[in-house]
Amino acid sequence: MTRKTAAPGGPATAEGPPAVALRGATASLGGRPVLRGVDLTVAPGETVALLGANGSGKSTTIRAVLGQVPLTGGELELFGTPLARFRDWQRLGYVPQRSTAAAGVPATVREVVAAGRLARRKFRPLGRADKAAVRHALEQVGMDDRAKDPVDALSGGQHQRVLIARALAAEPELLIMDEPLAGVDVGNQEALAATLREQVDQGTSVLLVLHELGPLAPLIDRAVVLRDGQVERVDNPDRLHDLACHPHGSEPAEAAPAPKIETGSLT
Amino acid sequence: MIEMLDFPFMQRALLAALLVGIAAPAVGIYLVQRRQAIMGDGIGHVALTGVALGFLLSTNPVWMAVLVSSLGAIGMELIRWYGKARGDIALAMLFYGGMAGGVMIINLSPNGSNANLTTYLFGSITTVSAEDIVAIVGLSVFVLLVSLGLRRQLFAVCQDEEFARVTGLPVRLLNLLLAVTAAVTVTVAMRVVGLLLVSALMVIPVAAAQQATRGFAATLGLSVGFGVVVTLSGTVTSYYADVPPGASIVVLAIVLFGIITALAAPLARRRYRNGSDGRDGAVPGGGRGGTLVAGGGTAADGPEASHRPTRV
Repeated sequence: MTRKTAAPGGPATAEGPPAVALRGATASLGGRPVLRGVDLTVAPGETVALLGANGSGKSTTIRAVLGQVPLTGGELELFGTPLARFRDWQRLGYVPQRSTAAAGVPATVREVVAAGRLARRKFRPLGRADKAAVRHALEQVGMDDRAKDPVDALSGGQHQRVLIARALAAEPELLIMDEPLAGVDVGNQEALAATLREQVDQGTSVLLVLHELGPLAPLIDRAVVLRDGQVERVDNPDRLHDLACHPHGSEPAEAAPAPKIETGSLT
Repeated sequence: MIEMLDFPFMQRALLAALLVGIAAPAVGIYLVQRRQAIMGDGIGHVALTGVALGFLLSTNPVWMAVLVSSLGAIGMELIRWYGKARGDIALAMLFYGGMAGGVMIINLSPNGSNANLTTYLFGSITTVSAEDIVAIVGLSVFVLLVSLGLRRQLFAVCQDEEFARVTGLPVRLLNLLLAVTAAVTVTVAMRVVGLLLVSALMVIPVAAAQQATRGFAATLGLSVGFGVVVTLSGTVTSYYADVPPGASIVVLAIVLFGIITALAAPLARRRYRNGSDGRDGAVPGGGRGGTLVAGGGTAADGPEASHRPTRV
């Protein structure tokens, strides 16, 4: 596993082009600069966590990586291909924040997860292999027994697992997750961590926004801390233990001379 | 009962009703899923201008309505993309403009009057001509090919648009296709149900079906079944009672909705007690639908507006 050997600062030992290479990215939302020169690299098989206070640009960064927020400057390459020429969307699995999947008509768990498979099928009908992939994705998140239930009947944590299964249905090489632990109870957090560990062990790259590392801490190779749209710090794995003990979500965002978290323990 | 089938106009009316009963809910389900239930209503208003243009230019009003309402639907879709704060106002303008333009143009045309419009507003079983039937069958085939053939893709787009974009689906194209399909459905349905009530047939069968179903495919199937039942029985009712079929079809649909609601309420209560989320009641992320409802609510005139559910 490359993630075991990855150097703290970069993917020196990884093979092939990085899954994500974002250089000097700037972006604005409604005229307000949100990203002000973000560099972010996710090597093959690497698990990178984006941390930072609310409004620091975490979600905008991953939405930029997905091509959903246009960059006003800088470069983005996915699997070595510039975004403008990137077409292999099935190599990406996106898990949005939970609230975005609400709709006006009931849908079963399996129907929602099958939508993820369209990344591979596009306009062709789903075949036997696709149905098997959907079933396997549901098994991976431990929701196969709820396949015929409406998603409305699920708890927040179960719903989150369904959204992860939807991303896994395309068998992606890179998982991009926005706050997968938000509003998820401890039991479901453990289930999510187990699913993610399985993916990481298979060599899937992961980029995820987190408020706190929680049970995912042992999986994280590198944590990138954003502040006001810029990378404030890149933490190496050795420091992650400390970071996990002092989750960023609990830090006050507005404190003017906010003490850099564990600055003393770096160097 | 059987002797009405001897009349060619009744055969045509029943065939049209059958096709409308299938097509309207099959397209409406995506609008409901996206909380844009009122969109069909807006297209109906715009189609009125197309009908009137057909009279003015002495061409078939059905094809003219297809053209104008498709342009209107594409316009609404563009407003949804680009318009943020003023979107509801722009939609309301489209609604008013469609209605006013229709009434104005029909009175300018040599052989037209508001009386001509009435059959298009509320439907009429006696006016489905042989020429209309050809158009209705052809357009229905198009609508069903899109709404059933692309159901997985349209489901994905309407369920979670951003996720659909990240899967690499051509989301903008699919949205435009859905808008045009909805416009075509409106024109297919206008001969039977009428432009003012067509939205009801796109929404009420779906609203009724989803009270008894747990999944999208089941809702789609059941709502099409409901649609066929109410359009056929409504058309037959019109034959005997001599009322516009649009009115009888929509009244029957609402009765059906009431029955299903009464039967499904205990079931739904149990289902939601099991689920701890219950987010259906909160209507999260309903802002987009809300603007459309606002636009439609102000444009909808007449007492029938209160019959139409704006949200389901």
